[in-house]
Amino acid sequence: MAVASKEITRILATDCGSTTTKAILIEKKGDEYRLIRRGEAPTTVEAPAEDVTKGVLNAVGEIEDLEGRQFLNDQRDGVLVTEDTSKGVDLYVSTSSAGGGLQMTVAGVVKSMTGESAQRAALGAGAIVMDVVATNDGRLPHEQVADIRRFRPDMILLSGGIDGGTTEHVVQLAEIIRAADPKPRFGVGYKLPVIYAGNKDARELVADELAENMELKIVENIRPVLEHENLGPARDTIHELFMEHVMAQAPGYPRLMSWTGYFAEGQEWKQVPIMPTPGAVGKLIETVAHNEGIEVMGVDIGGATTDVFSVFEAGEEKVFNRTVSANLGMSYSVSNVLASAGMDNVMRWVPFDMEEADLRNRIRNKMIRPTTIPQALEELIIEQAIAREALRLALVQHKDLARGLKGVAQERTIGDAFEQTQTGGTLVDMMGLDLLIGSGGVLSHAPRRAQAAQMLIDAFLPEGVTMLAVDSIFMMPQLGVLSEVKQDAATEVFDKDCLIRLGTCVAPSGPQRKLKGALAEIELEMPDGQTQKIDLQPGEIRVIPLAVGEKAGARIEPAKNIDVGAGQGDAWEGDLEGGVVGLILDGRGRQPFNLPEDHSERVQKLQEWAKALESYPERYLHMGEE
Amino acid sequence: MAFAYTPGLRVAELTEITKQRRLPLKGEVTVEKGASVDADTVVAKTDLPGNVRMLNIAKIIGLPPGDIPELMLVDEGDAIEEKQTLAQSKGLFGLFKNTVRSPIEGIFESFNEVTGQAVLREPPIPVEVDGYVAGRVTGILADEGVEVTTTGTFIQGIFGIGGETRGELEVVVDDPARELTADLLDESHRGKVLVGGSYVTRQSLERAVELGINAIVVGGFDDKDLKEFLGFDLGVAITGHEDKGITLVLTEGFGRMEMAHATFELFGKRQGMLASVNGATQIRAGVMRPEVVIPVSGAEEKKGPGDHEAGAMDIGSEIRVIRAPFFGRLGKVTELPPELQELDSEAKVRVLGVKFDDGEEATVPRANVELIEK
Repeated sequence: MAVASKEITRILATDCGSTTTKAILIEKKGDEYRLIRRGEAPTTVEAPAEDVTKGVLNAVGEIEDLEGRQFLNDQRDGVLVTEDTSKGVDLYVSTSSAGGGLQMTVAGVVKSMTGESAQRAALGAGAIVMDVVATNDGRLPHEQVADIRRFRPDMILLSGGIDGGTTEHVVQLAEIIRAADPKPRFGVGYKLPVIYAGNKDARELVADELAENMELKIVENIRPVLEHENLGPARDTIHELFMEHVMAQAPGYPRLMSWTGYFAEGQEWKQVPIMPTPGAVGKLIETVAHNEGIEVMGVDIGGATTDVFSVFEAGEEKVFNRTVSANLGMSYSVSNVLASAGMDNVMRWVPFDMEEADLRNRIRNKMIRPTTIPQALEELIIEQAIAREALRLALVQHKDLARGLKGVAQERTIGDAFEQTQTGGTLVDMMGLDLLIGSGGVLSHAPRRAQAAQMLIDAFLPEGVTMLAVDSIFMMPQLGVLSEVKQDAATEVFDKDCLIRLGTCVAPSGPQRKLKGALAEIELEMPDGQTQKIDLQPGEIRVIPLAVGEKAGARIEPAKNIDVGAGQGDAWEGDLEGGVVGLILDGRGRQPFNLPEDHSERVQKLQEWAKALESYPERYLHMGEE
Repeated sequence: MAFAYTPGLRVAELTEITKQRRLPLKGEVTVEKGASVDADTVVAKTDLPGNVRMLNIAKIIGLPPGDIPELMLVDEGDAIEEKQTLAQSKGLFGLFKNTVRSPIEGIFESFNEVTGQAVLREPPIPVEVDGYVAGRVTGILADEGVEVTTTGTFIQGIFGIGGETRGELEVVVDDPARELTADLLDESHRGKVLVGGSYVTRQSLERAVELGINAIVVGGFDDKDLKEFLGFDLGVAITGHEDKGITLVLTEGFGRMEMAHATFELFGKRQGMLASVNGATQIRAGVMRPEVVIPVSGAEEKKGPGDHEAGAMDIGSEIRVIRAPFFGRLGKVTELPPELQELDSEAKVRVLGVKFDDGEEATVPRANVELIEK
């Protein structure tokens, strides 16, 4: 980490998303760093601007308007980083996912082994994986060649083989890449970056194939032995090449790259690289899990993509995973959410009827005009219904990729032979999850925080005891990149201004079919010393007011076969933390989750739940009556 | 500061338009700077590398890859015919020889002694790029293409399908609110670019394909019809490569939508002229909107375009609302309050005051309008 000569007290950070460019101003007041102001503007990769810096200037301009101070230079064509304390800032940093982010194709010998490791490395670095090429992916070589060309990746990660193993297959993959000779999306004149992170014995052979026509970088094997994954070096190289080759070609980025940085000792200019947005958010989630020693999941639902990040225990270590659902988002990809989830799944969250043709046209109009926002309540409800489905599908994809290593031999005893568990099971354990953080416009900007809580619960169905939180104004990306330069400022602002604790969700899990009576008996000792006893009934949601920072001592006695975290039928004891929504007791069931199939019964339930959570205005409770 | 940036679609009666005409790979530029070109003049050409076939010679012969080179009958770089013998094993006493024949005509590109795999490449595919619009070559992109500049009318749509095409422009409805129905189409429209009003159905669009009409420009189209016309549900908006025999440009959006009057009137003025149309739309990664370009000549060309600054919205700016509940309505900005205001959805956002053409006034989020640029 580089260190500035003078203390950095004024910081500007931007995130150029695919739809909106968000700017935040952070300042040190007294002893603490706090968020001072926020501004936003449409991201300008579209005509008439076609230059990402215009969106940045507009977003920072909004902060100037609101704050009544100067943050752009006198020519108004750049962010002002200066030691003059009357204007400008000491540090400017930025992330970006505009222009489609970083799009990669990865290749590995066996799809479920090195192919998956390569995919995890690329995803962890913030990329969108367009295609996974593997010797056993079911395609003929000429089909693989055609697909590599068609996807036009920004970069390729080639892996395969353990160190010292056979070289034949990975060289074959190199041959296919050479034959495809894909051309980068931006700029005809430069060579496509290829990272080789496979069997070290094949390095020369791979170089023979690729060094001439590609920008080949060789790094350590991502799977040096079957039992171990080494993703770090490949990830770092992806970041490096992203800056050097991809960003430098995109409209306006070279200029933006020249603005980000600060003056170090002796007025020496230190550049701070622009990070891919998901890379920055992932870094922050990892830091939280590490600092607090908990299992965390984060989701960032954007215009084009939805990213899910998780840190779960796998044996003795904590494993970080990130997935990106490239075609699940709230604007550019919104039509795809409807296509993937189906009309019925979207409409099950909506308390009124709508013609399919009308819904389809509305969603398409959002796709072609991605920066618009719901003005009417009905539009908001539809948008939040779609968000639930996008989040749900993104979690399905995350569970599928966040797995233990496949193909690893396990030592078994005689006893184990009777209990055959597969290697490579998902690491995602909704019962073990301690903290679920939501980020992205639809969650952060939901007019009521209870709406964000409801979307997170409905989509992710957390089990047992889970704290819910949202990114207050959608600034995790900016704090992620800031933490690279100024960790203390990033952590402080994250804790005090970014993370809004919504409250703890208690959701008993298990089959309700034979249940007679309550799902769980809950005894709460409230902060004022009073005791509350609640019998949580199947199908109901209860909200108990408990403010941010307050705790209630709890004993939760679940019914037989029902689990709240201590095992089936076993009582859970501990402290439950409050939040802006309160304690949310969710009796709708998990494994399975129960939503009535009958239309009027379902509408009645949706309205009951909304009433309990006070998530919508009074009008919601009468929708669908006419 | 009563000023805001907002994206807008361009509708310009007279402007200078420069189009980059670029090859997908490096090749040869066939025109010189300053030359006049027509829409169909070839300005650059190249050969795309042919498709690849991989052939594992070692496996077919049944020997280790290292033993294959001495059995090869062709060298790297040799031209090969279909069924030509590429390699042959020595066999037993000269008998039972294994022969490897080429499945394609093309080039024997390489053989790999580690994998035993040969790469064969089919003959190159010639690609030509034309001028797309009539104009002048104002720039040469060395070995890649040219820039063609023209003066004329430029109209951007919001969404389209189908690639570049051109034809004589004809407006076939008398009112921008009228639907373009199948009965308005006939044989005389073959090869033309037709402008309708508010809406077209899939059935009418299919009739247009039958009649050989090159492009249709209308206000709106149903997404359900789009799915049926394409034969699949479009996931993300990246279009232009559909091969449906017609290019469709929507100027307003999905659903039945009256074409903006200014746009409709402009098309009316350009009846009978040659229009270049492209339906390609890409709403991420280098945004592209569909377009209609109508070059002008003579006195009008010499007059040239006026000065214009894009993207600035101010009191009095003409706007169109682009989301419910006022979707499609046109009006003038009356107010740009800097403070956030609460909407029906309870969201607190920056808004603007608008007076619609019929005199009604409303407050709408700034994000939900677009500038009508001229």
